[in-house]
Amino acid sequence: MASLRDIKGRITSTKKTKQITKAMEMVSASKLNKAEQNARSFVPYSEKIQEVVASIAAGGGDASHPMLEARDVKRTGYLVITSDRGLAGAYNSSVLRKVYQQIRQHHNSAEEYTLITMGRIGRDFFRKRNMPVDKDITGIADQPDFADIKDIASETVQLFTDGEIDQLYIYYNHYVSAITQEVTEKKVLPLTNLNPEGKAGTSSYEYEPDEEEILEVLLPQYAESLIYGALLDGKASEHAARMTAMKSATDNADELIGDLSLSYNRARQAAITQEITEIVGGAAALE
Amino acid sequence: MKTLTVSVVTPDGPVLEDAYEMVSCKAESGELGILPGHIPMVAPLTISSIRLKQEGSSERIAVSGGFLEVRPDQVTILAQSAEKPSDIDIDRARRAKERAEQRMANKQSDIDFRRAELALKRAINRLDVKNNNF
Repeated sequence: MASLRDIKGRITSTKKTKQITKAMEMVSASKLNKAEQNARSFVPYSEKIQEVVASIAAGGGDASHPMLEARDVKRTGYLVITSDRGLAGAYNSSVLRKVYQQIRQHHNSAEEYTLITMGRIGRDFFRKRNMPVDKDITGIADQPDFADIKDIASETVQLFTDGEIDQLYIYYNHYVSAITQEVTEKKVLPLTNLNPEGKAGTSSYEYEPDEEEILEVLLPQYAESLIYGALLDGKASEHAARMTAMKSATDNADELIGDLSLSYNRARQAAITQEITEIVGGAAALE
Repeated sequence: MKTLTVSVVTPDGPVLEDAYEMVSCKAESGELGILPGHIPMVAPLTISSIRLKQEGSSERIAVSGGFLEVRPDQVTILAQSAEKPSDIDIDRARRAKERAEQRMANKQSDIDFRRAELALKRAINRLDVKNNNF
């Protein structure tokens, strides 16, 4: 049996760990709140831009743009959203596993795909496996501004426009609730399913100067907004996942402290009993 | 007086929503003035300022590109960034301006140059709106 001092040492160290995880849990909870708010304030923008894109796509028969047309797929781009830091439970590993499986399934050589990663964990994961990471961004703020990711978003869209990639998928954790996050795969480019709800004909617009020019401006902006939306969603999931992970770590620490205190008390009792027995034995020997 | 509901929306959230009598802005194809009852229209915007008129007074908003959607009683401006004069960080804009000028001075590639040019335009636009000099 471990000595009293050993057990006491373990109890104090577990208590300290618990303090840390508890603090991290609370920090993540407040960050989650903010991230949810950010995701909400993005909704009006994305809805509006989607509406306009859909009505142009539905209204104008002759409007065409490279970003609207599916072409033969020679190279696929995967944009993967992970966090910079760990300690978030299965948040990173579930996304990475999914992407890894998809790539293994669909591609035979590294020529056929490229990766764009947001977050250090994702970048390191793919680099370690010698997979091509074309672009990466790390150190994204917990509450990202659109300006923070504008560059990488527009560069990614540019890859498609330049024909470097022929389709773009985005992988991230969709925020369902504070305890559930779902790994989601979304096809961003080409924009083929623009009008899913059949809202066509709500309004027919006059285009200034013409449809093609509008699409020229609108579609890259739309694609970038999809990427930003996914990032916001991913950030909310990250904080939620971290909060849950830290909560269960705190619970585990509580349980461990309980067990350790019990064995500490037992050991103390045993030591006292032994001492009494020794004294009694000693006294008996003197008589 | 008839009015239009104007809303300015960016990815970071709505910037403004209110009723105005007139909206004037600079689209890719030239200056546009929009009054209530305008035919539905979509137009891309340049890096410029939007002027909103309301009972004799007028407001300015700096936008970095984006586009404008017009309906008879409503105007929506979707931009990647849009700021009221009070929200503009003048020091940051000045620094951005200097940085962009520097980058344009030691020109490396065409892409960098174009990007610096756009950054310079955005910075100058912000400073102009903040200082209200037109």
